[in-house]
Amino acid sequence: MINHPNKELGGWQLFRKYFSELWFGIRTLLKGLRITSGYFFSPKEIITEQYPENRATLKMFDRFKGEVIMSHTAENRHRCTGCGICEMNCPNGSIQVITRKETTPEGKSVRGLDKHIYHLGMCTFCGLCVKSCPSDALAFGQKFEHAVFNRHHLTKVLNQPGSLLQKEIKAS
Amino acid sequence: MAQTSDSHQVIIGEHEQYTINMGPQHPSTHGVLRFELSLEGETVVGVRSHCGYIHRGIEKMCEVSTYQQIIHLTDRMDYLSAHINNEAVSLCVEKALGIEVPERVKVIRTILSELTRVGSHLLWWSAFGMDMGALTTFFYGMRDREKILDIFEESCGGRLLQSFICPGGLMHDVHPNFVARIRELIPYLRKKLPEYDRLLTGNIILQERTRNIGVLSRQQAIAWGVTGPSGRGSAFSCDVRVHEPYSAYDRVKVNEVLYHQGDTFARYRVRLDEIHESLSILEQLIDQIPEGNDYAVKMKPIIKLPAGDYYQRVETARGELGVYMVSDGEKYPVRVKFRSPNFSNLFVIEQLAVGHKIADLVAISGSLDLVIPDIDR
Ligand code: SF4
Ligand code: SF4
Repeated sequence: MINHPNKELGGWQLFRKYFSELWFGIRTLLKGLRITSGYFFSPKEIITEQYPENRATLKMFDRFKGEVIMSHTAENRHRCTGCGICEMNCPNGSIQVITRKETTPEGKSVRGLDKHIYHLGMCTFCGLCVKSCPSDALAFGQKFEHAVFNRHHLTKVLNQPGSLLQKEIKAS
Repeated sequence: MAQTSDSHQVIIGEHEQYTINMGPQHPSTHGVLRFELSLEGETVVGVRSHCGYIHRGIEKMCEVSTYQQIIHLTDRMDYLSAHINNEAVSLCVEKALGIEVPERVKVIRTILSELTRVGSHLLWWSAFGMDMGALTTFFYGMRDREKILDIFEESCGGRLLQSFICPGGLMHDVHPNFVARIRELIPYLRKKLPEYDRLLTGNIILQERTRNIGVLSRQQAIAWGVTGPSGRGSAFSCDVRVHEPYSAYDRVKVNEVLYHQGDTFARYRVRLDEIHESLSILEQLIDQIPEGNDYAVKMKPIIKLPAGDYYQRVETARGELGVYMVSDGEKYPVRVKFRSPNFSNLFVIEQLAVGHKIADLVAISGSLDLVIPDIDR
């Protein structure tokens, strides 16, 4: 390599070595500059996303894990039977399933979902709840703008108020 | 020479040592790591590394987690090798249960691991350039890594921490675009990588600052357990993919990248060459994904390993990760121990940096590619 002081070199050789090294250094720098200036002058290489101005067109991938949601049909029906399997599988206690006694039209009393509480602030998006739910009630939503001023806003009730269990799903 | 008062004279002489802390919050340590430096002027005469600032007790948490739940904890050790960490635990559990996963899962796991490795090395290259004062590399590396993150995001739902590989296979099937995107990625990166060489590798400043700096001999590498690209830069052949193939590595040709100089520049070259190598592995595997959609074998909701202890090692982007599990037949493991590559790679810095300047310490620690959460766990 260059720049190892060579004691045996004479004055003229040292002089030449100095300038050849200088030239070598400048050449490598120019090489790099050619690349950067190439990008500077080619606007089609710009990949910066103008967030948040592009909010209207910004679309996340369908599988993006932004938050856990419970899907509801148009008639405000969800699929959660309140079995509590997701709560058991969650590694950090982000889910609390609160059930209540319900009476079916036939007069039987069954356990149904009262509140499906989800702590977004604790969730690590491991996906175990969504995967383990036997009635496919949970899914991942794509919303990712979760900043709030008070952390209790991060605790959500996933089942919408007044929602009922979808007919074809059997309550336990 | 500094003078406080007439009677009180403090002289910093030529051979006087003083101690200074680098970190825990220091931009060049890439995390919360503290180096206690003994300096003589600007020359480092001693380094003591203090770790533990980001200790989260992952090994202890594993003892109260089911085997499926352990997966998401391993993501958070070496977050740049998340897929490979997940794979290590999954392989260990599968080994204990004697489960053979479908061929398709093996190939996809290997592809994901190699993508992770490329992504990790690209990020390393970006950050290393920045450690050296070249800010441009950061943008270029991140730009290309974004393509890989897009593949992960589309298929796994996460960009950095995917928790995608789980005992028995994968969490869900990969996205239909998966193969097409990787086919696009390979030529794209092949085109961009020579640019990296022109921009940074040949750069005079980088060469002057990395050649013959922090020379790690092969004996030292073995004695300190330095694995991964850092060990291979010292001609220590330690690639688990070659020596103990797991998943689909037995059916591809893996060339181990070895350099003999052992200096910072050799470690730099190993990583860049490994990107090329990973791309060629991806090329070999991308046409080999078996048809179908079996992405996992059916597992019991609660996995119980037979009593005994199990060990599995894999090659992460930073070296050899070993997972040691002791089970007594219950649903939680009794003990989980991770042999993390960064922990071993870190402490060799106490040998390498001695005699160099502080700025060289930054180059050396950058070339070891430390991920601090993996050291502390
Ligand atoms: S979301 Fe699914 S797993 Fe959780 S309580 Fe409801 S039905 Fe059970
Ligand atoms: S994604 Fe994981 S951490 Fe989040 S609520 Fe579901 S099980 Fe719990």
